[in-house]
Amino acid sequence: MDYSYYPGCSLHSTGKEYGQSVEVVSRALGIKLHELDDWSCCGATSAHSTNFELSVALPARNLAIAEKRGLDVMIPCAACYNRFKSAQHSLAQDSDLKNNISKSLDDDYSGSAVIRSPIDIFHQDIGLESLKEKVVKKLKGLKPVSYYGCLWLRPPEICGFDDTENPIMLDEMLTSLGAESRNWSFKTDCCGGSLTISKTELVENMVGRLMRMAREAGANCLVTACPLCMANLDMRAHEDVQLPTFYFTELLALAMGLEGPENWFGLHNIDPVPLIKSLKLL
Amino acid sequence: MGSFLEDVNKQINGVDLQNCYHCQKCSSGCPMAAAMDFKPNEIIRMVQMGQRDLLLRSSAIWLCASCETCVTRCPNAVDIPRMIDILREMSLDAGVVPHDREVIQFHESFLGTVKRGGRVNEPIMIATYKLKTGTYLKDVVVGLKMFLKGKLSLFSPRTKNRKSIRRIFSSTAKF
Repeated sequence: MDYSYYPGCSLHSTGKEYGQSVEVVSRALGIKLHELDDWSCCGATSAHSTNFELSVALPARNLAIAEKRGLDVMIPCAACYNRFKSAQHSLAQDSDLKNNISKSLDDDYSGSAVIRSPIDIFHQDIGLESLKEKVVKKLKGLKPVSYYGCLWLRPPEICGFDDTENPIMLDEMLTSLGAESRNWSFKTDCCGGSLTISKTELVENMVGRLMRMAREAGANCLVTACPLCMANLDMRAHEDVQLPTFYFTELLALAMGLEGPENWFGLHNIDPVPLIKSLKLL
Repeated sequence: MGSFLEDVNKQINGVDLQNCYHCQKCSSGCPMAAAMDFKPNEIIRMVQMGQRDLLLRSSAIWLCASCETCVTRCPNAVDIPRMIDILREMSLDAGVVPHDREVIQFHESFLGTVKRGGRVNEPIMIATYKLKTGTYLKDVVVGLKMFLKGKLSLFSPRTKNRKSIRRIFSSTAKF
């Protein structure tokens, strides 16, 4: 199975362990990733907050590059995914905008690229049964809450995820790895996103609430698929409420017995190793 | 030039703000509402009432985290996040210096590195932000930890065709 691949800026820096685990797991599942040639930043929150046209043009450049290969594009970062989807939507709705933006691009933009999340690709294209067959170490005793956050899901008509208020793809994947996934009501609440740098206190409160609610649901960890959520959960929670957070791909790799998890866990701020060791998973 | 409401509606280019019937579902689900000077549905009402200056100076437009919960739950599909982005752009165009200018300084620092390298260089982005805001000591411990783990690379790869990036920035520049 072949996909185009847009890692985005975070997966080379603060979300390094996410990028590495996505690649390792994909390879083990028989997925070949073709990184987009000379890709550039999606503009994230900063572009759409300050300049609408820029926020459409930056993803459009990458979408035009992706169209040349014609494969579905895997985007592991929820923020990039949301910006790509939104740009595609705006360009489909407004032909004047499309004409204007096309002029600033090197490659032709038609809007044909299919944008996919790795959650969707692993859950739908690979399938839970095939994932289960690859498990060599069941994640017994791990009680995660799945935290989807905002940008995979909203707005629903643009994002096209399974269910906006109660998504279940991550929960089902974790269950098929043998983890005891916990239900909770905060799956889709906001972590504060990029306000973490400029409005740190607000983000600390939001993350603190998520951690407390995860504890109340009987969880011993959180699972995310977004480098922004991870940065906030991992670095903005007060010590008295902290729980370790994993990228879902780290747990896939752990259950599938792949190389890497130990190194990736070392990159976390809240050390997940004591939990993993206490469950004899490492 | 039309009224403030007409201007905003035109840019939203979708559901007009008059469709809001103030059920306050947006404000009830907003994770930032408690910190905002005006709640999301109040902002809609203020646009309707032509309260331009008050809104462009408000904290609320910069505190919105763009989580899109409001528009998702709105019974009339009023695109509040888009409205807020439009108000932010109007505020920048008008040269208003809001109380929460560090949020804008963050966006400037972020986009500055994208403009130069095609991709975000986090250490440079953070250094620029600190210079702009004077918040030199904030997050030093966390930043140092990340640096030592190799998560803040000074030499992260850049986009090779930077001419194409500069063209995008210059063709979308507003001034």
